[in-house]
Amino acid sequence: MTAQLTRDRPALPRVPALRVLEYHLVGYRRTWRAGAFSSFLLPTLTVLGFGLGVGAYIDQGVGGVTYLEWIVGGLLASTALQVAIAESTWPVFGNLQWQKIYFGQRSSPLRVGDILAGHLAFVLFRVLTSVIAFLLVTGVLGALRSPWAVLTVPVAALLALAVAAPTFAYAASVDSDSWLAMLFRFAVIPMTLFSGVFFPVESLPLVLRWLAYATPLWHAVDLCRAAVLGVAPYWSVAGHLGYLAVWAAGGWLLARRVLTRRLVV
Amino acid sequence: MTTGRPLIQAQGLVKRFGDFTAVDGIDVEVHAGEAFGFLGPNGAGKSSTMRMVGCTSPPSGGQLRILGMDPVRDGPAIRARLGVCPQLDNLDPELTVRENLTTYARYFGIPRRVARARAAELLDFVQLGDRADSKVEPLSGGMKRRLTIARALVNEPDIVLLDEPTTGLDPQARHLVWERLFRLKQQGVTLVLTTHYMDEAEQLCDRLVVMDGGRIVAEGSPRALIERHATREVVELRFAAESQEAFAGKLDALGERVEVLPDRILIYVPDGDAAVAEVAALGLHPANVLVRRSSLEDVFLHLTGRTLVD
Repeated sequence: MTAQLTRDRPALPRVPALRVLEYHLVGYRRTWRAGAFSSFLLPTLTVLGFGLGVGAYIDQGVGGVTYLEWIVGGLLASTALQVAIAESTWPVFGNLQWQKIYFGQRSSPLRVGDILAGHLAFVLFRVLTSVIAFLLVTGVLGALRSPWAVLTVPVAALLALAVAAPTFAYAASVDSDSWLAMLFRFAVIPMTLFSGVFFPVESLPLVLRWLAYATPLWHAVDLCRAAVLGVAPYWSVAGHLGYLAVWAAGGWLLARRVLTRRLVV
Repeated sequence: MTTGRPLIQAQGLVKRFGDFTAVDGIDVEVHAGEAFGFLGPNGAGKSSTMRMVGCTSPPSGGQLRILGMDPVRDGPAIRARLGVCPQLDNLDPELTVRENLTTYARYFGIPRRVARARAAELLDFVQLGDRADSKVEPLSGGMKRRLTIARALVNEPDIVLLDEPTTGLDPQARHLVWERLFRLKQQGVTLVLTTHYMDEAEQLCDRLVVMDGGRIVAEGSPRALIERHATREVVELRFAAESQEAFAGKLDALGERVEVLPDRILIYVPDGDAAVAEVAALGLHPANVLVRRSSLEDVFLHLTGRTLVD
């Protein structure tokens, strides 16, 4: 009996969130082909379709560069956004409502913050692999004008956290998955269309332009486009990064609060 | 029988959800090596109690110590030493049977190599060794439940918490689970389980508390509870006619106690066969007569006036 109580136990993981990431990666090993398609092939086709197809009609280019070169940075940011949000909607909802994975994790030594951080780490992994693949393809196509393009990787990572954390909070708080489809219809799609990915926000009426400035996507688009073209961004770099960091930090606090309410009852 | 500090110690433990009091001041002690049960109907407060013991639900009042620690402050350290089998399986259906165990083991800081070895050992124990590489999705309810039990053992816990371990399983699957849990009990693993099946409680528990409406209404070994709150035998009478109450009046003198249920009358007596003869002597002819030994079901009925499973 005493032996049972004084048994040697492994020390608890130093960074428990990494064990949660490991769990998500084991699951991803099974589904990565489908994931790779939607997060890499699709944007590649979009680059080809818009950049070359639409670009052929825009003879004078945009601000001295070809439309393909102009659009690549924006599409990269938009790809990061799509992947980050896709991985923070149904997967989060399912882990709470359907398979109840988070409840199982909660019975282990993991804390709520570990479960959240592990999930976001996996989102980050998905976004980074997608973005790097995107850079490789567009690089081969000769669409990247500047070596500064590598800076899009950290920007995409920050954008991913800025949108995944609040989306996590949203997905964890709704009680029906039809709310998730609404998020795409009323937030993700309009944001993708009007945040300067396909055309400069300066062509929008003033009100819509300010709405675009309010979205996290526009800030990442401006930074990524500047990096790909090797020019200074429209806004200050610090301003952009700070704004995205506020979204990420606010989203984290909100998500942790919602998840705690769900898991600690 | 038991020495040392109890593994679980609750005094005046309370759990409230808004205005509703799910657990209303219970005192419980569970010692090492015991199989301890919470018996009661749905809504008695069993699962709320289990979640507090499992350190996923902070108590609203009273004292609770698990393994000598405070569940709110030391949650991760306590959970590292618990094995939890929840009421609803929360396995990952997309992963294989083996991966469900190995990924879970990693949350406890168990090295990969050890996790793989332990998974193989546990899968043999729950008779799923030949399904190790199949996905969880197509497994039967009984198999999933056994896998969940295996997962609860992956960290070699000091206490295994089982919330209604066989609810929803068919009789055969249930017996397989009982048999495995009995094996664990023989190995000296401390088991804490909730159930609303009296036969489950009788078979597995050394000691149990009967819960009703968030309170403990009785405590003891199954045998002691039956001796204290019921007679040795019970005669169950079913009458074809609807007027059971009328018959009941005539039976009052027969046993120590008579319970009238919607579908049958129970007479609590020391000797069932003798009572059956007396019923016949009264000129009563029930459609159906059954003499059986008293069970925890009768204890519950006596204490609360209700049956366990509606």
